[in-house]
Amino acid sequence: MLKSISRLSLVPLTRGSPAITSSILRRLLSSEARAKIQKAIDASPVVLFMKGTPELPQCGFSRAVIQVLDLHGVPPEKMRTYNVLEDLELRSGIKEFSEWPTVPQLYIQSEFVGGCDIVLGMHQSGELEELLAKHNIIPKADEETAAQATSS
Amino acid sequence: MPVTAGEIEQAIREAIPITHVEVEDNSSGCGEKYAVLIVSKEFEGKTTLARHRMVNQLLKSQIAQIHAFTQKTLTPQQWEESQKGPKTAA
Repeated sequence: MLKSISRLSLVPLTRGSPAITSSILRRLLSSEARAKIQKAIDASPVVLFMKGTPELPQCGFSRAVIQVLDLHGVPPEKMRTYNVLEDLELRSGIKEFSEWPTVPQLYIQSEFVGGCDIVLGMHQSGELEELLAKHNIIPKADEETAAQATSS
Repeated sequence: MPVTAGEIEQAIREAIPITHVEVEDNSSGCGEKYAVLIVSKEFEGKTTLARHRMVNQLLKSQIAQIHAFTQKTLTPQQWEESQKGPKTAA
């Protein structure tokens, strides 16, 4: 366990040179922890680091992202979620890994998409659907309408 | 020490040229939950992710101390457009 490392990184940051602060952070996250997170991200086309579970989100922001993914019909077999509340090491580690200060964090095809604000914004603009379809996670919009047309 | 809305606004204003900024304290005073709207020409030509990363970086010490942080980042042009018509969010 790397509890001591997680603790250290939870200490509020003092105002310093951003370059120095981020290089310290990078050193705090061991290469072992980094490799573990990378493996988690690569485990599925859609990976969400969240508070709680899809059935029982423990935070409104995590719930909102789950609802959006659900709305787009992301199939369960193409999605993997990790509950950061169950893993302190992951909770602090993922923030350093993504260089993103908050949870939830969404990855699609091993690429960081963003947190709740960005995912909701992309949902509203249609970019999220585009991205999911591009990676064949959901059917492409034109295929879907074609299928509907033939079925009606 | 709790983070104040004033502190957040000041940190933003010091870091980038601002057209408009709103810091909303949704925490009922405990200093834990903020929603921020930032309008700046610095955002021009940048993706939303890049804009948010920029704001995360400049508010790093404040965000580390608060529980919930949500942000909207607009260019002056986007801001003007959003002010014109009524909200058409679906």
